[in-house]
Amino acid sequence: MTILEKFSHLRVAYEQLRSLGSDPFTVRFDGVLSPTEGLREGRRTILFGTNNYLGLTFDPSCIEAGIEALMQSGTGTTGSRIANGSYDAHTRLEQALADFYGRRRGMVFTTGYQANLGIISTVVGKGDYLILDADSHASIYDGARLGTAQVIRFRHNDPEDLRKRLARLPQAGNKLIVVEGIYSMMGDTAPLREIAQVKAEAGAYLLVDEAHSLGVLGRQGRGLAEAAGVEADVDFIVGTFSKTLGSIGGFCVSDLPDFDVLRVACRPYMFTASLPPTLVASTLQALNRLQSDPGLRARLLSNSRRFHSGLDRLGFRLGADATPIVAVVLEDRDLAVAFWNRLLEAGLYVNLALPPATPDGSAILRSSVSAAHTVQQIDTAIGLFAAVGEELGVLSPRPLAAMA
Amino acid sequence: MHALDALEERIVAELRAVVDPNIEISRNTDISRDLGLDSLTIMNFVMKLEDAFDLSIPLERLPEIQTVADLAKTIRDIQAKV
Ligand SMILES: Cc1ncc(COP(=O)(O)O)c(C=O)c1O
Repeated sequence: MTILEKFSHLRVAYEQLRSLGSDPFTVRFDGVLSPTEGLREGRRTILFGTNNYLGLTFDPSCIEAGIEALMQSGTGTTGSRIANGSYDAHTRLEQALADFYGRRRGMVFTTGYQANLGIISTVVGKGDYLILDADSHASIYDGARLGTAQVIRFRHNDPEDLRKRLARLPQAGNKLIVVEGIYSMMGDTAPLREIAQVKAEAGAYLLVDEAHSLGVLGRQGRGLAEAAGVEADVDFIVGTFSKTLGSIGGFCVSDLPDFDVLRVACRPYMFTASLPPTLVASTLQALNRLQSDPGLRARLLSNSRRFHSGLDRLGFRLGADATPIVAVVLEDRDLAVAFWNRLLEAGLYVNLALPPATPDGSAILRSSVSAAHTVQQIDTAIGLFAAVGEELGVLSPRPLAAMA
Repeated sequence: MHALDALEERIVAELRAVVDPNIEISRNTDISRDLGLDSLTIMNFVMKLEDAFDLSIPLERLPEIQTVADLAKTIRDIQAKV
């Protein structure tokens, strides 16, 4: 054994997973044909685990914008914003995001992970407090570890528990509460109205990570804060370009008048290369598409409802009400692995999520629905879930009467 | 073996609720290594203790805690500061 000995428990777990068939770490697509279809081992596979909520990865206008920027400005920036300067497109994207959210300032990061890492580790410091939902994404926990504030967790989606934990803290010190719009594993949304209330009473700040809710929730697609009508109580919105907007990158918008000081204080912003112009351009165009075509969101919503109610009617235990993230919760890990393998063999790709990456130690088959899914693809997916569910004894065989 | 003080008794009582009854628990028991608990159970256990003592154990202090005695010491430190 080597210096990596400390990971032997991970190696054992991983080998066990591999012995049961394919595993998510080695699934390889030989080609991706559209937002909803890939080629795997020579056959077409329906993609239901891509977070491609509006299906914009193949949008012709986004592709064209990307190509144009690629030809005009080259393949990369080869350095950070503070070292090599900003391209015009970086500033335009920041302005477009701020405008979209109706905020004063916006800041773009190279990934969503870095946006959380940077903002969370920087806006609170020594003598301050970070109060995190216990089921927060790894990027939020890592931001907490990088920073110097004291870190407190509250029970997932429990405003009363948050209130209680805030009450235990001393008066002095800034307090930043961090929650997510839609939680990435179970697809549940935060009770944001109640959380905003607690935040206001405690005189704390509130950050909402809208990674999975941008373009999904709210009349204009601004996310949960808009849908819950509490945007004025949210001090920082963080998000990513890697899901709804179909590219890569992250951002934070805010109304703080001195927000821009973060550009010289926030290390995960300062010490990494900035986004290549081609990605900035396709992201900008995706943001345009999101705003100019509300039909995309309407389609996403109706697809989500169709998929969710199809699985619900079959009798699966589901993680939450219909959002584009639909989690089928299974009895145990081995069953989830077997189920996932059978679906993949049958031509359906979903996400396999196992503890410790999942809440409550549950084993989950996580699907994400896209506006680009056809009704036929959704019904095929439901049919495959039904067939494998029966085969593996998760569902009892359907009585004939129910099949009509 | 060292006798348990009242705080340690309380911690052990909370642990008994989640640990296999055949496993012995002393003040030197390593909470994450010796008890067969997953990280989620440990987190819930810590939250229960926080509620029981009406205090917060910051995440960054968890690495200093291995044994029941360590945990009691950390709680005592935090109580002394409030
Ligand atoms: C809730 C949440 N926040 C942040 C991120 C990080 O985003 P990115 O993939 O852009 O780094 C993700 C996705 O991985 C996420 O699910």
